[in-house]
Amino acid sequence: MPDSRREFLTDATKFLLTTGAAAAALDVMNGVASADTARYDAFEHWWGMTIDVDKCVGCGNCVRACAKENDVPEGHFRTWVERYEVKADRLHPEVESPKGGIDGFPPSTAVDIRTFYVPKLCNHCSDSPCVQVCPVGATFDGPDGVVLVDQSYCIGCRYCVQACPYGCRYIDPRKHTVDKCNLCYHRISKGLTTACCEACPTGARKLADLKNPDDPVHAFLRENAVQVLKPHMATGAKVYYRDLDGSVR
Amino acid sequence: MHPGVEGFMYPNEVELQWSILIVLYPFITGLVAGAFILASLERVFQVEAVKPTYRLALLTALAFLLVAPLPLQLHLGHPERSFEMYLTPHRSSAMAMFGFVYLWYLLVVLLLEIWLDYRADIVRMAQTAPAPKRWIYRLLTLGSYNVSPASLRLDDKVGWIVTVIGIPSAFLLHGYVGFIFGSVKANPWWSTPLMPIVFLFSAMVSGIAAVLLLYVVIRWMQGLEVDMRCLDAVAKYLFYAFVIDFSLEMLDLIHRVYEADESFRTLDFMVHTRLFRSQVLLQIYLGTLAPLAMLAVTQLFKLDAAKRRILYLVASCLTMVGIFAMRWNVVIGGQLFSKSFLGYTTYKVEFATREGLLPAIALMLLPFAILWVLVKLLPPWGGGEPART
Amino acid sequence: MWKDRLRDSGHLVRLLLLVAVAVSLFLVVRAAVIPDSFGQYGHYRPGALADNQKHPLIHAGQAECTLCHEDEVKARNAGKHSGVACEACHGPLAAHAADPDAHKPVLPAVTPLCTNCHEKDAAKPKWFPQVASKQHSEGMDCNSCHQPHQPKL
Repeated sequence: MPDSRREFLTDATKFLLTTGAAAAALDVMNGVASADTARYDAFEHWWGMTIDVDKCVGCGNCVRACAKENDVPEGHFRTWVERYEVKADRLHPEVESPKGGIDGFPPSTAVDIRTFYVPKLCNHCSDSPCVQVCPVGATFDGPDGVVLVDQSYCIGCRYCVQACPYGCRYIDPRKHTVDKCNLCYHRISKGLTTACCEACPTGARKLADLKNPDDPVHAFLRENAVQVLKPHMATGAKVYYRDLDGSVR
Repeated sequence: MHPGVEGFMYPNEVELQWSILIVLYPFITGLVAGAFILASLERVFQVEAVKPTYRLALLTALAFLLVAPLPLQLHLGHPERSFEMYLTPHRSSAMAMFGFVYLWYLLVVLLLEIWLDYRADIVRMAQTAPAPKRWIYRLLTLGSYNVSPASLRLDDKVGWIVTVIGIPSAFLLHGYVGFIFGSVKANPWWSTPLMPIVFLFSAMVSGIAAVLLLYVVIRWMQGLEVDMRCLDAVAKYLFYAFVIDFSLEMLDLIHRVYEADESFRTLDFMVHTRLFRSQVLLQIYLGTLAPLAMLAVTQLFKLDAAKRRILYLVASCLTMVGIFAMRWNVVIGGQLFSKSFLGYTTYKVEFATREGLLPAIALMLLPFAILWVLVKLLPPWGGGEPART
Repeated sequence: MWKDRLRDSGHLVRLLLLVAVAVSLFLVVRAAVIPDSFGQYGHYRPGALADNQKHPLIHAGQAECTLCHEDEVKARNAGKHSGVACEACHGPLAAHAADPDAHKPVLPAVTPLCTNCHEKDAAKPKWFPQVASKQHSEGMDCNSCHQPHQPKL
């Protein structure tokens, strides 16, 4: 009988190994884990970004880098920079963003006016209105908190564009599907930072992994007065602004 | 700066996402729901006077319902993928659930009710109609030629149940269209819990007005007398529905003006500039107050039949204009201002493009072509009264 | 009696059968064409995660530059521009990193590059070094005096 017992044990081991391997292979196929499993596990991250308004100089580097990295069609923006001018009455701020700030801004000579730059991008909301309204599941919150678009599944109904309070989505005229900032998913899944953060000369914008205890984001959130855009929308936005003026919408 | 842009728009906001085709969609579904509710008045609430419009209202609802998804389909970036909405419907999406509400309404309510109501006629025509037509009727009989009194009684019973289910379904259908807009919290022009109910009552208004117009026109084309008792009754319901609809819209307006939240100055400015013609002049004055006044006159004073008929017809035409303007102002108006509340853009209607005026006109004519075929196939008045006891 | 009933409701039974056939047909088709493992992690196609990772790199990233250009990186890190990544000024160079011989980077025009960040502008933060370039250098190129990798005079 020892033979058959050994057989049973090896069979059981084989079974365990194969199912385990199959599950792992499935995860690799799905891109949740990379083939080199040590490298990227979507469940181990929770991505966001920090933006220090007091460091933004309006150079437009982020907009250019993003457009090149992601092949963003002209006239559409995954990230852009706005320049605010707020008068003393604080009633109706003057805002401009010529071509999304891709060529920078003509120097402002404003005097006695509060004026500053604000970079914008998808807020990768944890309660995303855009994900909520997608009729087919073509836009979704990844396990790592990145709001992504499935280009091969989007029907192009544009409901998500209407639902985004921040104007972060556009229809790609070449693909007829929706597109937006995916936080350079092809980069962050390889351990790199986003193109905009790579190109930002002052460190105004920094990719943040909220699940990583060593990420400087924790100190940033602890030590600064931080705000998200349109907090009354309760979208769970994960782009955190420091030094954000109340007039910014 | 972009032409047509005033103030500041987020750079992705400059181009409008939902075009005139999306204006047609709530307009057409509104006609469906309204026409059905009118039809069910006779069936469920036993309003004898509107009986001559019963079958016509059902056919009108069907003709428009068949066209309702077409503007959506034409507007999609990938129409060939639209079936995904039935494969993997996202439960939290109002739009995905609309697909099911639509199917339910088309198949379970409207087609079933029409089939049950016409079954005796279908069986008769399957035996008597000339050759090519006969095949259609034979198909429609599903192979059962049983028109015994017992089976017709059964049809009547089932039909009644279907109508009873149909009323909340019609409410659901158009209330849901309102919810698709009303639930977008990012857009203050749309986001109000009143939206579904405003859509519902405006649907009833437009549907009743459409059936009234169609009834008069078709009777006239066929050289038949218009039943004035019926017309009076329909017009009365139009008046009542309109009063409720107008009150709701005013409630919404007063609420917005009084609350004056952060979006108010922007929206107020928009209504007084870019939307002035379509909102204030077309929708409120010409499309609501004028027909309401005309209908009020017919209710308050004793006018002779000819004068009443003219007033009903003019009021119904203006109503259609007003409700179309309302859909336009909701869909297009909701996209003319920036979600930053700092600027405005313009909508330029294209002509011979996929989402232009030409396909919109074609889509608006299509239901009438379908209705013409349906009336030929299933005559609402010819062949005697409905075979019901 | 029940036979009569069955006969009189025969057309409704036929209709029900038709509906049943249509619904089962839909369910069969749905099961056949629905994407693999849809809904495994949420209401989406899991393969979409991999699709989003597929895009080619355009910016190589600071670490990649340092592999070959350690001296330049060291020089830069000793000065005020220590926080500025190579590709912030030199542009995206993943193609160069992948094949340095085939893709030679072009040196950017220096003055527009400097003024891009350092031109005087009321909207820039007060702490940030900025000059009105026309008065400051009177048309001279910035690198006549400042070295970009170590801008301090």
